[in-house]
Amino acid sequence: MTTATVNNGVNTEALLGARDALREAPAAAQFTWKATSEWVDGTYSRQTIEHFQGLGAEQKHVKAFVLEGDHPEVFASEDRGPTPVETVLAALAGCLTAGVAAVAQNRGIQLKSVKATVEGDHDILGILGGDPEVRNGFNDVRVTFDIDADASKEEIAALVAQSQKRSAVFDALTNPTNVTVSVA
Amino acid sequence: MIIGAGHSGLAMSRRLTERSIDHVVLERGGVANSWRADRWHSLRLLTPNWQTSLPGQAYDGTDPDGYMTSHEVADHLETYARGIEAPVHTGVTVTSVSPRDGGYRVSTDQGAWDAVSVVLANGGSGVANLPPVAEGVPAGILSLSSKTYRSPDLLPSGGVLIVGASASGAQLADEIAASGREVTVAAGEHVRLPRSYRGRDIFWWMDAAGILDERFDEIEDIIRARHVPSPQLVGSADGRTVDLGSLRDRGVRVTGRLGRIQDGVAQFSGGLANTVRLADLKLDRLLDRFDAWAQESDADVPGDVERFAPTVVDPAPVLELDLAAAGIETILWATGYRPDYSWLEVPVLDYKGRLPHEGGVVTKSPGLYVMGTSLLRRRRSTYIGGSGQDSEELAEHLEAHLAGSGPVRSGSVRKVAEVEFAGHDGASDLLHGA
Repeated sequence: MTTATVNNGVNTEALLGARDALREAPAAAQFTWKATSEWVDGTYSRQTIEHFQGLGAEQKHVKAFVLEGDHPEVFASEDRGPTPVETVLAALAGCLTAGVAAVAQNRGIQLKSVKATVEGDHDILGILGGDPEVRNGFNDVRVTFDIDADASKEEIAALVAQSQKRSAVFDALTNPTNVTVSVA
Repeated sequence: MIIGAGHSGLAMSRRLTERSIDHVVLERGGVANSWRADRWHSLRLLTPNWQTSLPGQAYDGTDPDGYMTSHEVADHLETYARGIEAPVHTGVTVTSVSPRDGGYRVSTDQGAWDAVSVVLANGGSGVANLPPVAEGVPAGILSLSSKTYRSPDLLPSGGVLIVGASASGAQLADEIAASGREVTVAAGEHVRLPRSYRGRDIFWWMDAAGILDERFDEIEDIIRARHVPSPQLVGSADGRTVDLGSLRDRGVRVTGRLGRIQDGVAQFSGGLANTVRLADLKLDRLLDRFDAWAQESDADVPGDVERFAPTVVDPAPVLELDLAAAGIETILWATGYRPDYSWLEVPVLDYKGRLPHEGGVVTKSPGLYVMGTSLLRRRRSTYIGGSGQDSEELAEHLEAHLAGSGPVRSGSVRKVAEVEFAGHDGASDLLHGA
């Protein structure tokens, strides 16, 4: 399917090769992602992402990446970083966009631009404890893609659908996950 | 040695007889046992009768466009078995198959056999494939699979949660909703198909346009393809389409994939909109392919090109259901099947208990073959009508294997002394699953 002229900067041959290799050695497919976090002041904290495990070994990013989390001024905070719920939306966009690029490469579709807007509806009475019937998390999340590519409308729709089907963050947001929080 | 006297085993028996290859067919029940004992009452084949031919026997009944009931399939296979004089030993349960002297030792509840070659034709749907979430069903709720379900009137009168939206899930939702019960269907990845298109049965199209002939080695990701759920289809006298849209019209509640049951609360995926979108897009691509083929081949197609309306689901489908509060009294797992290889002591299974094979040839263990599983050699293999070509090609391979193994034709399978069998214990269990 891949044509030589299409280049979205995704090495799909390597990814497909990895898929076949990992089917033969499924233990190596077990990854553990990790972020560490340190409280700074008020609602402001910094998260560092550097190490992870996978392919049967300790792995490392090329450098440590730092994210910040805070609350906006309307929450009586100092707004020194995005609200963590916004980081979740950003992560969803990042994951789906990576998927669009990879699927487009595999299907021989040249992308020109891929823009996404993500919105999450959130009733904050939940987190404020103001209404026991309101959940803490999002009530609805909408992603709108604006894609310019050498492809038909249907092919673009199929790209976006396939990227959701193979998205880790989409899955993490749409399906229940066991989460254990403990104190060291 | 052929294990299983269903359509695959009988087709292979016929091919071996044609080649004068000495063989026996072992069957735990009677011929076509699963079709008699292991199916829900209303079940009919997905494929029209004219597509159910077996080697040397095309369908010659009066209703080529109808769909056989499971009992009709069983009758059809029994007649076939008699016609081809298949050497079937009924009521013999295989307890193990293990390697022995370059061939195989097949142990049964009635003695052991040695065979140069073994064909596993015991069926692709030996056991219901229950997801881990099935362990969370709270006490007081009946949990059964599409393998043990029989009919709506045997269910409690309360609500029914059906997990899965394949042919089984869609058909059972359709008939249970018609019985007046409240039905919820949790739909994961599924395949939407209309029963007919442009005046022809959908399987006419699949056959004519060459889709059923796509080979396992031409399909991009065969492991994935073999795990795609069966299409939402029903073989019925009225030729109706069942899909999530028709179920919704019947009042069935459609939710996303079942993710978890915790403290009596079922939680569903919020990805339903994309799941149905994928199925709609895939259907459109298939119809595009049919239309292109019809135009190129100037096919005799009575109806006009059409596209089906996109599947409508609730914009905010239910994400959580308190099973007791919602009146759910039955959970029905229509989550697929897998072949039963629990007695296979040849170390060929992969880490997930699957049997890797190249179009039915178990390359890791020469002389071992498998038949009758999903997409074995081509898409057609999934259906009864695929057994003709599969059995011919595998018999040819098997014949070549026997030729290379010394004892050919007569003597390639023999019953061994009962005493030897009695001495064969479970020591080779160590190999299982390795």
